[in-house]
Amino acid sequence: MPGETVDILLAAILIWIAWRTEITADLFKAVVLLIIFGLLMTLAWVRLNAPDIALAETAIGTGLTGALLLDAVAHITGKRRRRLGRSDRS
Amino acid sequence: MSAVEPEEHGLIRPIAAALASALGIGLIVAIFALPRPVVGLAALVAAHLEESGVRHPVTAVLLNYRGYDTLLEIAVLLLAVLGVSAFRPAGPVATYRPRPDSGPVLAALIRLIIPLIVLTAGYLLWAGAHRPGGAFQAAAVLAGGGVLLRLTGLIPSFRSPPLWLRMALFLGFDVFLIVAALPLGEGSRLLEYRAARAGIAILVVESALTLSIAAILVTLFVGAAPSRIRNKRSTESARLPQNDRAGQP
Repeated sequence: MPGETVDILLAAILIWIAWRTEITADLFKAVVLLIIFGLLMTLAWVRLNAPDIALAETAIGTGLTGALLLDAVAHITGKRRRRLGRSDRS
Repeated sequence: MSAVEPEEHGLIRPIAAALASALGIGLIVAIFALPRPVVGLAALVAAHLEESGVRHPVTAVLLNYRGYDTLLEIAVLLLAVLGVSAFRPAGPVATYRPRPDSGPVLAALIRLIIPLIVLTAGYLLWAGAHRPGGAFQAAAVLAGGGVLLRLTGLIPSFRSPPLWLRMALFLGFDVFLIVAALPLGEGSRLLEYRAARAGIAILVVESALTLSIAAILVTLFVGAAPSRIRNKRSTESARLPQNDRAGQP
């Protein structure tokens, strides 16, 4: 019974975070939410007895994709700031 | 969407929502309407695990039973990194952040953590034969270390991938292809390993794949910076290398 409670709670939180990721207007916040989603998804894979996929999810889905997306967000927002003429690095 | 008039915009959204809902409900109905699989493949995999050369069913499926899928996966990764490299600007990229953080704590942490990352990757690669792990996971951990080194400025950016990096990118695919083609000479079909040599074949392929995938993932991170995001200063500095790059083959 405690196992099922954890599963249902995990599924509910996953759906909620997915929803939050979708509706967030702030790109940086969306990326952070996506990383949190990936970490919780890892737990879900472990609960589903799929440790292989859990490992891949953590390393690729969360770690590398997160780093790439954060990099992209930094580039995009930096570009927007420059266009507005508020460049901080001259 | 910005070109759409406001009143038109007001109509499009409910229609899009209705279509998306219909698609979602249709997918749910389709999933429930699917017939239950009659044959469980798990028993079949377990029955032939002895012949596969490894003792972990997931690795056996990935590199022996469905080796063709994995071969195509590494080809797709290779194409992706080629595509990214093709769109790279001509100069050295992202040089406007020479050393983002050169604090002593970070430097010490990197020195501690990088050997651990290499060790973990090696363990994951070796463990893939009999427990959860494998080439992709090991490579992703290695690539995480590479990203860390790049972010701390210890790996410089490159103008064009050096020869050893190009070889590392292609190593996994080439080794996999050669190992996959070896059975052809003995009258077997592609990827049809003999049971006696399957273990060593899988180990060789996985080791090459680990190096190659890690190189591909790090190159995606290091090498990706389209020219439009560079600021003025780095555009200026990129102009000089552009000229002497034209002379390269």
